Amino acid sequence: MDIISEYDSQILDAFWVTVKLTLLSGLFSLVWGTVLAGMRVSPVPLMRGFGAVYVNVVRNIPLTVIIVFCALGLADVFGVTMGARGNFDAQYFRLAVLGLSAYTSAFVCEALRSGINTVPVGQAEAARAIGLSFTQVLRLIVLPQAFRSVVGPLTNVLIALTKNTTVAAAIGVAEASLLMKEMIENEAQLLLISAIFALGFVVLTLPTGLFLGWVGKKVAVRR
Amino acid sequence: MNLRKVSAAAACALALSVTAAACGSDDDDSGDSGDGGSKDSITVGIKFDQPGLGLKEPDGSYSGFDVDVATYVAKELGYSADQIEWKEAISADRETMLERGDVDMIAATYSITDERAQKVDFAGPYLLAHQDLLIRADDDIAKGADLNGKTLCSVTGSTSAQNVKDTIAPKAQLAERAGYSECLDAVANGSIDALTTDDSILAGYAAQDENKGKFKLAGLNLSNENYGIGVQKGDEKMKSDIDAALEKMVSDGSWEKFMDANLGPANYDYEPAPKIGDIKE
Repeated sequence: MDIISEYDSQILDAFWVTVKLTLLSGLFSLVWGTVLAGMRVSPVPLMRGFGAVYVNVVRNIPLTVIIVFCALGLADVFGVTMGARGNFDAQYFRLAVLGLSAYTSAFVCEALRSGINTVPVGQAEAARAIGLSFTQVLRLIVLPQAFRSVVGPLTNVLIALTKNTTVAAAIGVAEASLLMKEMIENEAQLLLISAIFALGFVVLTLPTGLFLGWVGKKVAVRR
Repeated sequence: MNLRKVSAAAACALALSVTAAACGSDDDDSGDSGDGGSKDSITVGIKFDQPGLGLKEPDGSYSGFDVDVATYVAKELGYSADQIEWKEAISADRETMLERGDVDMIAATYSITDERAQKVDFAGPYLLAHQDLLIRADDDIAKGADLNGKTLCSVTGSTSAQNVKDTIAPKAQLAERAGYSECLDAVANGSIDALTTDDSILAGYAAQDENKGKFKLAGLNLSNENYGIGVQKGDEKMKSDIDAALEKMVSDGSWEKFMDANLGPANYDYEPAPKIGDIKE
């Protein structure tokens, strides 16, 4: 396996970029997805409408289109550089995080909304009865219980996100699939190299799934 | 119990249809390909998306330098133009297509490298290209200029992109895109200074009707790319036949005719046709 020893540090670097993309996009989409879910169950029709339109538009656009738009549209045409003018590596990395977060948050929102629906209506009614406001009900009563029941679905979203980061290669972010393309171009060994990277992704996602599956069981609300 | 029976039956049906499909495609394969010579058609792998080299036109015909070369070679091997079956050979697939026998030869901007030569055999080379820059017609990049301060664009993972990162200008800002057209847009609207790849490919884009007069080649000769025709490993007869055809193509003036017809409008200052087996490092 001299291919692995020749490229070992590059492979690790590339997968580290994949991990960074995943964690940052995961974090941002968790925050934005939670806000969206709040909007979708809020009593204000305008917010409900915005949340519904956002989710239905964004989750139905192919991710490649979103990511490529971030580079060709936002960066090249509108000059959005995400605070990294003149540094393409940082600029496209941040644009990729922006695109991935915008896309993944739609799925986080819907997973979380299904969790909100598992919280018995009586809980929210009781909270309202003791005088809590809508945001207090959501923050103190509903969301904590909702999160505990959607660890499983959110794990799915996170694993999908890990693999979706490969789309960032389309705008030249130096993550795993970009190195894969380079190695195939140089070494002319399609199957072996693809297998190495497939294994790399399994190494990333399998423990994620097992760990979060265990967490999900631990924190589940027994009713 | 009932459910188990149903699913077992479904599994059987699925397995049967899969094997049937596999057999069917096997039959097709052996009909198309083979050893060459006495068959009634030849399968050639080309690029479908590279103007001036190998392009599938909207009407279904094919144009470009690689296409003309392959047509000429096929004629020398005994196949008329309508006996050629064109297949798209994307870069990452080329070795596999030859190894499996999906195509008889590949003429698809196929640079001869040591790694690839371990997997397939190359006839030729038939063209010596260099990595170069394509810049806006009103722009100027002098020979030997430092490219480290420039913004460059190339295709994700390509040899040209790697050359920029490793040797030519490691400190230059390099944007990698899915295709050359995306880079071309960015160069045209000024957000990126230059598109970089083989000058033959660049000339093909510059020679397109909609790009005429907008771009020009910088003429920097940053690397040597020897385009060869890929054939299955060990097929010595095919290789020597193609070599002979390529030699004849150069000596009877067809090579230059193809070059001028396909890449001429770009003012491409191309190298003379390389000698067979003369691979420039």
